[in-house]
Amino acid sequence: MIEHRPHIYGVIGEFEKPEQLVHAATKIREAGYRYYECYTPFPVEGMPEAMAMRRNDVPLITLIGGLIGGLGGFGFQYWVNVYAYPLNIAGRPYNSWPAFIPVTFELTILCASLSAVFGMLALNGLPQPHHPIFNAHRFRHASADRFFVCIQARDKKFHLKETARFLQGLAAHHVSEVHDD
Amino acid sequence: MSAGEPPINSPEITRLTPVLGPGHTYASVTDKISAIVLTRPTSLGWYIGFLIAFSVFGVLNIAIGWLIMKGVGIWGINIPIGWGFAIVNFVWWIGIGHAGTLISAILFLLNQKWRTSINRFAEAMTLFAVACAGIFPLIHTGRPWYAFWMFPYPSVMGIWPQFRSPLIWDVFAVSTYGTVSLLFWFVGLIPDLATLRDRSVTKPKQIIYGMLALGWRGSARHWQRYQSAYLLLAGLATPLVLSVHTVVSFDFSVAIVPGWHTTIFPPYFVAGAIYSGFAMVITIAIPLRKAYGLEDFITMRHLENMAKVMLATGLIVAYGYFFEFFMSLYSGNKFDVFLVQQRLHGPYAPFYYALILCNILIPQLLWFHKMRTNVIVLFLMSIVVNVGMWLERFVIIVISLTRDFMPSAWGRYSPTFWDWATFIGTMGMFVMLIFLFVRVLPAISIAEMRELVTETSEEHK
Repeated sequence: MIEHRPHIYGVIGEFEKPEQLVHAATKIREAGYRYYECYTPFPVEGMPEAMAMRRNDVPLITLIGGLIGGLGGFGFQYWVNVYAYPLNIAGRPYNSWPAFIPVTFELTILCASLSAVFGMLALNGLPQPHHPIFNAHRFRHASADRFFVCIQARDKKFHLKETARFLQGLAAHHVSEVHDD
Repeated sequence: MSAGEPPINSPEITRLTPVLGPGHTYASVTDKISAIVLTRPTSLGWYIGFLIAFSVFGVLNIAIGWLIMKGVGIWGINIPIGWGFAIVNFVWWIGIGHAGTLISAILFLLNQKWRTSINRFAEAMTLFAVACAGIFPLIHTGRPWYAFWMFPYPSVMGIWPQFRSPLIWDVFAVSTYGTVSLLFWFVGLIPDLATLRDRSVTKPKQIIYGMLALGWRGSARHWQRYQSAYLLLAGLATPLVLSVHTVVSFDFSVAIVPGWHTTIFPPYFVAGAIYSGFAMVITIAIPLRKAYGLEDFITMRHLENMAKVMLATGLIVAYGYFFEFFMSLYSGNKFDVFLVQQRLHGPYAPFYYALILCNILIPQLLWFHKMRTNVIVLFLMSIVVNVGMWLERFVIIVISLTRDFMPSAWGRYSPTFWDWATFIGTMGMFVMLIFLFVRVLPAISIAEMRELVTETSEEHK
């Protein structure tokens, strides 16, 4: 038997209040850590600023999706009515564009919404059935009433004992290591 | 309770009835809402209610089965009334759905905190109502197995749908509406599914909720994108919901039938949709909060606000009726004038008067605070409005179609047993889905309630 030595994913600390986590996240960033993540049961105000997150790409993806839906929807109706299946009804124009607006509109909304949701999931890397953070002992509270921060081992500044002490210094409870598998 | 819990609301400061009962913490809202799904034993009342609804759903299946065997001749429709119950019910159901999107999207954009505890089940209601609505045009085609012809696909017949027809617009509007409502609802559910996954104790529940939660772990970076996506969906759903009933009204107003061919139809259909939708939300909310002891979450403030929205949209609808009436007379068009006479004195006049009574007169009671805060009055009122809105569609469709331009084309319409069976059957399906929903999914958004805990505790600091 080969002795199985778990790899360390990171060190996790727990807070009871969202403000404490925001404070801790700011301190962690200021201390020079780059690879860390906060886990909260609801979106906490001030968190993106504390972690210095950049703007996300969901709006851009949504815009592109909406444009594709709108232009594609109109273009498709144009193609059907002018080229593929032209119907001459009392000499009215084939490209009777006002009549194409409702479907164009609906397809714009449809494609933009699908892009927003699937774009968000893709950028978040979801669905992802397993993640090392779920190994953390008390992590089930992250979806209820506790606020967690995990500093990852891949960070250059990461040192198991030092980082743990650092988190304790930020008044985190239950500071513990998280295994990789 | 540890010192870390958020501060408790002090009741003496709350002047208005709060949107969240006092004393709630992150843990308590999580426990209370998830317990309905996870730990609370299924009550006898649930089983009885579900069984009744399920039986009525069975009636729907029989009605549809018989329809497929025999054709639409089993219904009361014939020339000149080709639409009948199927379209009355379609418009009624799709209208009911609108309140869910209004609550979840428009009130979200307007930052109305009170939407939080009612948006989840209102969205579920939207989905189920759209499902019920979708059945009717589908089976009304007579050959529902060819319904896919309405979608543009490269067929061997070499033909394409007629994109200039409001009926094709309807296909796109309703299917987009159904899809976007589902997305909105599901995105809202993801964090709560993660909560249920983490709180389940049995393996099957952990696996099912775990799969549905897509591995959500509440990461701050995920939340940031999640919030963007949710906000964008709300922004997209807002014009969408207004467009859906507009397109539905085009089915009528693009035609030249007297009483249909009016420009007031789109706004007045949308207002009517929201009116009936809020009535249905109240119809569901009142028994729900009672049965599951959710009075702290769905407070009187919610009910009263919904009653106010109902009153406001009801007045818009009344305005619509008035101008429909006025413009018909003012136009001097003899067919339009005749239609008004038919509404007032024709064979279907009792329906028109009942409609005025249900949609305009009785809801005026909502001006009184006492009435808005009386749960029983409100519940009965919501039923009255639902009946009224159904009558509205009946009046629009049946009176216009039975009395168009030539007396030789006039006719009468009465529904058959199978019309009623299908209509009541969809109600059974709707109620059954609601019952299943409250049993297996959190009927109130837990994640948003936690945000509300933070906000209300800040307000009372």
